[in-house]
Order: sequence, then C-alpha cells, then structure tokens
Amino acid sequence: MTTQGTDAKPQNELLNTLLDNFKIWTKKLSHPGLWITIVGVFILGYLPIADQSPEAAFANATARESTFTILMSIVLVSSLNILLGYTGYVSFGHIVFYGLGGYVGLYTIIEHQWPLWKAMAAGGAAAGVLALVLGSAILRLRGAYFALATIGINEAMRAFVSNYDPFGGAVGLSIHFRVYRETYGSYQDAFLVMYKAMLGLAIAAVVLSYLVKSSKFGLGLMAIREDEDASDIMGVIPYRSKIIAYMLSAILPGMVGVVFFFKASTIEPAAAFKLHTSIEWLVMIMLGGFGTIMGPVLGAYGYQNLRTILLTSEFFKNIQLAVAGLMLLGIILFIPAGLIGWLRRHISFTRRVLT
Amino acid sequence: MMILQVKGVSKRFGGLQALSNVTVDVPPGQILGLIGPNGAGKTTLFNVINGVYKPEEGEVIFKGKNVVGKKPYRLAHMGLSRTHQIVRPLKDLTVRENVMVGACFGSQNLSLGKAARIADEVLEFVRLRERANQLAGSLNVGQKKRLEMARSLAARPNLLLLDEVLAGLNPTEIAQMVEIVKEIRTRNTTIIMIEHVMHAVMKVSDQMLVLDFGKPIAYGTPSEIANNPKVIEAYLGDSSLADQFNAELAAKSAATAE
Ligand SMILES: Nc1ncnc2c1ncn2[C@@H]1O[C@H](COP(=O)(O)OP(=O)(O)OP(=O)(O)O)[C@@H](O)[C@H]1O
Ligand SMILES: [Mg+2]
Repeated sequence: MTTQGTDAKPQNELLNTLLDNFKIWTKKLSHPGLWITIVGVFILGYLPIADQSPEAAFANATARESTFTILMSIVLVSSLNILLGYTGYVSFGHIVFYGLGGYVGLYTIIEHQWPLWKAMAAGGAAAGVLALVLGSAILRLRGAYFALATIGINEAMRAFVSNYDPFGGAVGLSIHFRVYRETYGSYQDAFLVMYKAMLGLAIAAVVLSYLVKSSKFGLGLMAIREDEDASDIMGVIPYRSKIIAYMLSAILPGMVGVVFFFKASTIEPAAAFKLHTSIEWLVMIMLGGFGTIMGPVLGAYGYQNLRTILLTSEFFKNIQLAVAGLMLLGIILFIPAGLIGWLRRHISFTRRVLT
Repeated sequence: MMILQVKGVSKRFGGLQALSNVTVDVPPGQILGLIGPNGAGKTTLFNVINGVYKPEEGEVIFKGKNVVGKKPYRLAHMGLSRTHQIVRPLKDLTVRENVMVGACFGSQNLSLGKAARIADEVLEFVRLRERANQLAGSLNVGQKKRLEMARSLAARPNLLLLDEVLAGLNPTEIAQMVEIVKEIRTRNTTIIMIEHVMHAVMKVSDQMLVLDFGKPIAYGTPSEIANNPKVIEAYLGDSSLADQFNAELAAKSAATAE
C-alpha cells in the first residue's frame, strides 16, 4: 500500500530494511523469557558442579546424576517441541534419533577413537540425515498416519540394528574403561566433561527453539500447525518446512544419544530404541506447554523430579509409566495448553515474560 | 495482455460435473463478479485457479503461464491470493501474526520486520488494528472475514480471489467491505469476486460471469447480466435470490426511466 511510494528511493528502502532487521534482532534477543530460561537452565546445571573438587564429586554424585537426567530431558523435549509444538506433528518414535545417534557416536569412539565432541557431531549428523530421508517419505502423511509411521520406523530401526554386525547386533557395543582413563584421566573426569556437554546441549536446545520460534520459518511452521492447507494457499511450502523442522528436532537428540551412551559405556538395541520413553517425552511437553520455549524446560524439570519420587516409592515404583499415562490424559483433558500456555492465556502480563 | 485466462476448464467430483468447459478472460485492473446459485461451482473454480484442484481438462493461464498442476504455494508466490468462503483463521496465532503469514510468504517474500509493518498497515485499512494482539480465534464472524481480507491483501497480490466476503455481514459491515474492495481496485489489483449479495457485487463489478450447474450461462456488464433472462431463470430455483434479482431489475429500470 503506502510502501509502494518508497520504491523510488532505494537508499531509504535499504535503511529501512537495516533498521527493521536491527529492531527485530534487538527485540528478539532482549526477550526476558529467553534469558530467564537460559539463566535458569544454567543455574540448574551449574550448582551440582560449582565445586569441582574430588570430595564434592562424591558428595554431589546423586545431584549430578539427577540433574544430568533433567538436562537430557530438556534437550530431548525442547527438540521434539519444534516438531510437535510448532508444527503440530506428533512423533511417537522420536527416540529413534537418540538411539541412532548413540550407536553412531559409540561406533566412532570405539572404532576410530574419536573424541566425544567429534562423536557428538557424527551422532547429530546421522540423526539429521535420517530425519531428512525419513521425513521425505513420511511427511506426506498427516496426523495420526504420521504418528503411526514414526512408531514403525523406530521398531524397524531396532530390528535392523539388532542384525547389523558393525553395531554389534543384538549384543550392542561397549567402550573399554581404558578409554575414559586414557583420554580424560578417570571416569569421574570424563563424567564431568559429559555433564558439561549435556549442559551445553540444553542451553543450545533452548536457544535453537527460541530462534526457530521467533523466525519467519517458525511463523510458517505455526501456520502449518494451525491449518496446513490454508498455509499452503498463503505461500508456505508445507512439505519442505516440515522436513526441515523434523531435521531440526532430530539433530540434538542424536547428540544426546552419544553423550548418554558414552556415559553408560554400553549400548544395545533394547536400550537405544525404547519406545515407551516417547510417552514420557509427551508428558513433559504437554505438562509445561507445547509450542512454548519454557514449557518443555519446566515440564522436563517437573516430570523428572516427580519420577524420582515415584521410583523411590514402594507402591509407585512399578507403575511409574501408568502414572505418566494418566498424567498425560489429565493434562490433555484439563489444561491442554500446559502450564506456560495456561498462564500466557489467562494472565495477560505474563505474556511479556513467559515465552 | 490478460492477467488470467481460464480456457475450457472442466472438473469432476466422482459423478458430479462441478465445472464444464468454463472459459473466461480477466484483464488487469478489473473486477469480475462471479455469481450463480448454490452449488454452481464458483468456489470450485477458485480452487482450480489457485491449484487446490487439478482440472481434468482445460488450462489456467496466470500472467502468461499455464499454472495447471502447480501447487497453491507456487501461485501464491506468483502473486495470487484468495479468501475462503468458510473463514480459516490461524486460531492460536494473533491477528497480526495471521496477516504477517500472508505478507511473509506471499508474492513479496518479506522479512518478519517488513511483514509486521505491512500487517499493521493492512489491519488499519480493514479496521482491525485495535485487535492486532488478540488471538485470531477470538474474533467474531465479521472480523474474521476482514482478517481473511487483510491476510490476502498483505501478500500484495496481482490477482485477488474473494469468496463471499460479504456473507454473514450486517448492512453496515457490508458497506464498509464494499468500500474496501473499491479502494483495492484503485490500487490496480485485479479481483474476482464471488458474491450472493447482488446489489453489492453489481455495484463494484466491471464484468460478471454467471455459472449454473458448472456451466457458464452468461457473461457481460452488470446491467447486461441483470437483464439476461437466462440468469433470472437460473436463479428462479432459489426464490430468495430470484427476489433479490427482481428487486435489482426493478431498481435498474427505475433508474433508466428517470
Ligand atoms: N471436494 C469436493 N468433493 C466432492 N464434491 C465437491 C467438492 N467440492 C465441491 N463439491 C461439489 O461441487 C459442486 C460445486 O460446489 P462449489 O462449492 O464450487 O459451489 P459454489 O458455487 O461455491 O456454491 P455456494 O454458493 O454454495 O458456495 C457442489 O455440488 C459441491 O457439493
Ligand atoms: Mg462457494
């Protein structure tokens, strides 16, 4: 409309564009919600390792273990959220990227003596490539069909790896303890490295999900979530956007798989492709609020703490997954937007700080 | 050169011939009114033009290119946008974000920053600026119609397909919307407008095309159409529309008598 008039003044247009971009980026990067989340995750992760003396390692061992698990969940569910929360595609079999990443990472560590960071890059890349290939095939499916296909893929991958000799078939792969000692001094020191890697991944996951959400690409994803056909008619390219979203949601889980199984020192098909964990991922996302940045973080924190309590109780120990399932049902029925979504919707000032 | 040429287009749904051998040329800068009884195939014609459906026969030439078989997003990039008869707001996004989708992914491929500026401008234009931060799902019908309009305008289309943007609006809203449509035309955007509100569509159209059971039965200026016996006959099956038509006719003849 009125900007048609500015076509005559190209410098002005350039200046406007620069100014626009500058405004957009300052606005983007100054969102309190982003910094609250980053600082929160950092403090959560830093407290158990603030004191790095060997005595502290012993005293904080439990806290480090449980925080490691929380950080891991933050990465996994924040990543899944890009697909589920932004794009509206439910992937039940997302664990496949974690499993494949773990296998590829351990393989490179054992066979090629790659350092952890390089193995992580390999695991992430493998997950991304798998997502590209699979996505091209199954992202033509919609809704429930896509969700079912993701389950099929995880099961197929498990069956394949169980028979794939380079990955040790049904037995899997194990790292000799010598590896930790030779590279890092001791397993304790190696663990500290893994812990920091996981903390880094958690912050990376928060930043990634924020950048995607506040980008033009992210706007396209959310348009797809709301109405895929309408978004197509407005010029969003759904198929391509969905594949990219799927890849973005797969890469960090692939890296997490490497760190987790490096810590476990062993990987086997049943542990790598554990389908039922997907339910827990869904609980975490839905609990905090799908499609938000903070939601998956809070959900991971809340759920993992609850899970620890359940696992230490005689009664709940064996029915922990059933509790997760019931929680999911309750959330979907009563607070479908999740905690953050609910707050943003009902208390308007929270919209400025929560994201 | 025509901005759009529809040449011998036919579209079937199972046993139903929704469009048969439809041909029409739309010169740039004009408003083509597309009318016809319910189920005549008007919306289907839009869906064929913007790539939602592929016709069994015929060609759709947009800006000199045959676009049959091209995906809707390709047509959006080429400068075609449309509204939906049944509104399709992106419910959980804000009104501004809805319009930004149009601006970002339409013919101009704008960055978010520019899109936000355009969105506010267009929202001002359709009088939805105060609602910009509201979720689109919370708007009422009239506002949702204007949102559809804003979204397609933000894409800066060369050709705009409006599917019953007046339906469900009260007289004041209709008058406002008609003003909006006229204003768009002064900006050199070509428009095809499906409409059942006869007095409105007659007022703004340069040419009109009438479909009945998928067949084009008349083409001409509004007054030619209003006086065409075939058109009146087609509408007779639908008494309320026939009444509207007769009223229109009476008004026209009164006007000519003066
Ligand atoms: N996807 C579809 N599948 C099957 N039949 C369809 C489909 N879309 C439209 N039809 C049928 O094609 C015919 C033309 O429909 P269309 O929606 O184009 O009519 P219309 O002229 O827009 O009518 P209205 O004024 O009621 O909006 C109708 O009989 C309709 O039922
Ligand atoms: Mg229709």
